[in-house]
Amino acid sequence: MNTLGADAQGENIVELSGVTKEYAGGVQALRGVDLVIAPGELVAIAGPSGSGKSTLLHMIGTLDRPSGGGVRVAGHAVADLSDRELSALRARHIGFVFQQFHLAAGVSALDNVADGLLYGGAGLTERRERARAALERVGLGERTTHRPHQLSGGEQQRVAVARAIVGEPDLLLADEPTGNLDTAAGAGVLALLDELNRAGTTVAIITHDLEVASRAPRRVRVRDGLVVADERAEVGSR
Amino acid sequence: MKTALAPARLGADDVLRVGLGGLRARPARVVLSALGIAIGIATMVAVIGISSSSKEDLLRRLDRLGTNLLTAKPGDTLFGDKAELPESAPGMVGRIGPVTAVGATGSVTATVRRTDRIPDEVTQGIAVQAATPDLLGTLGVGTASGSRLNAGTGRYPGVVLGSEAARRLGLDRAGGQVWIGGRWFVVVGVLRPAGLAPEIDRSALVGWDAARRYLGFDGHPTTIYERSTDASVGDVRDVLARTVSPEHPEEVEVSRPSDALEAKAAAAGAFTGLLLGLGAVALLVGGVGVANTMVVSVLERRREIGLRRSLGATRGQVRVQFLAESLLLSAFGGAAGVVLGAAVTTGFALWKDWPPVVPVWALGGALAATLAIGTAAGLYPAMRAARLPPTAALAAP
Repeated sequence: MNTLGADAQGENIVELSGVTKEYAGGVQALRGVDLVIAPGELVAIAGPSGSGKSTLLHMIGTLDRPSGGGVRVAGHAVADLSDRELSALRARHIGFVFQQFHLAAGVSALDNVADGLLYGGAGLTERRERARAALERVGLGERTTHRPHQLSGGEQQRVAVARAIVGEPDLLLADEPTGNLDTAAGAGVLALLDELNRAGTTVAIITHDLEVASRAPRRVRVRDGLVVADERAEVGSR
Repeated sequence: MKTALAPARLGADDVLRVGLGGLRARPARVVLSALGIAIGIATMVAVIGISSSSKEDLLRRLDRLGTNLLTAKPGDTLFGDKAELPESAPGMVGRIGPVTAVGATGSVTATVRRTDRIPDEVTQGIAVQAATPDLLGTLGVGTASGSRLNAGTGRYPGVVLGSEAARRLGLDRAGGQVWIGGRWFVVVGVLRPAGLAPEIDRSALVGWDAARRYLGFDGHPTTIYERSTDASVGDVRDVLARTVSPEHPEEVEVSRPSDALEAKAAAAGAFTGLLLGLGAVALLVGGVGVANTMVVSVLERRREIGLRRSLGATRGQVRVQFLAESLLLSAFGGAAGVVLGAAVTTGFALWKDWPPVVPVWALGGALAATLAIGTAAGLYPAMRAARLPPTAALAAP
């Protein structure tokens, strides 16, 4: 399959070709989606609820398998991988940020972030060291011992971002990252994602908020299970 | 070439950390569901511990008292009357080769009272008996106060009280006087508990000759006690009846007092099945409680499980996490139960003046039962957790 023989570095991070997804009961969530995300991109995938963007997130994040079509992530064809291999793929190549943060209550920010490396094979000391560095990258170097309830919503989402990037994934996948935040905190998180992108991380933001989407240099519009628009901003517009 | 994808192994320390973390988030629930296991384990450990302590106590007493004591008593005659042992019987028994000591008691009809003003009928269950000088030496009974009867005191109106008799008469030390058969007797000594011959505890012992002289004793022994070497107990037993009463050996009842203690020790060791069963039921209910807690936990933590899958956890790693939580939960309960059971055993044994014994196999059994329960209780919830799809993290609340 991988005829180019290139490392994940050189090829597209995400390649979806003719992806369809049908759920039990006959619901067609995706009706043939083609989408390519290249390294270094910042993509906003936008669409109203029911458009299939959540299913698209499942496909890109290898959380679910397509009914038809091909999904390649970081050079691996998802169809060829077992559940165990998919787990390893997520551990090494994808970092997730969720709308509800999903931080463990009663656990320090540092250990929450360190858990992002739990399934990658590193020892506890190394995990904590890297977690400290990741927290510094998101601007929370002074908050390592704080528990989630001692942090603001925006800070909690920053911790979640730190957890997503601590393993230096090829792709940072954010699902409605500002959905639970007020405007200022949301803007802060988006600025952080932007900053990470400038430093080299490939970022995909899934959102229903067109205002959020408008900030991204590339905007993919999804409606009724199809990509209806794929716009790139002119150079220098952001 | 792209690198092969193999999930990293989750180290044992990380499994432990994750399992403990899951429990730490819900401490009250952990305590309550571990309590069920603790009660079950504590019950079983205490039942085994208390019966073992009781057995140990009996065995130690047996060890101290010896198993080489035989008694001979008159049985019934052919006509159903009470038989009578010959006066010469103790001396004859003493001439059996392996016999090392002989003593005898003989029933006296008189009663013992504190003073002459107490009516004759008030015996307080104390028997007045004539005793040969060697009796107490044969039984190995020491004195708590005063001295034993000897050749001198045995001829005069002196009495030695068994431990229980002394208590009932309200005399805890030698020196006083008691009223026996219409005259005062000096209390020469008070005995310690006799162990193998509890009937001595409830007796007032008067010298053999004094009993004949002052109390109208007929000189016929009613119980003969003898000790021999351990190896020859069986041989002596075979010839004892014929030696005691050569003309009517069938009228002699021979017994070995230590047999009763041995039977008691065996019964004490066989801990009561009913209580053990109760403990097992409690343990089972505790296990169901743990399973229930784990199932609820899996339902509540769908998003956490989804998150872990998105972070790269395999199904196996999710399964191991929940199994570890279940095992830790029941291990906490089991540890608390062992401590509680051992404490109950120790407290009860000390109260009963027994040596506290909790057998090692009981602790091993408790550990094994705990692990078995934890595994059984955690298996199904862990499977459910592992079957959850990774998309659970994204599902609407």
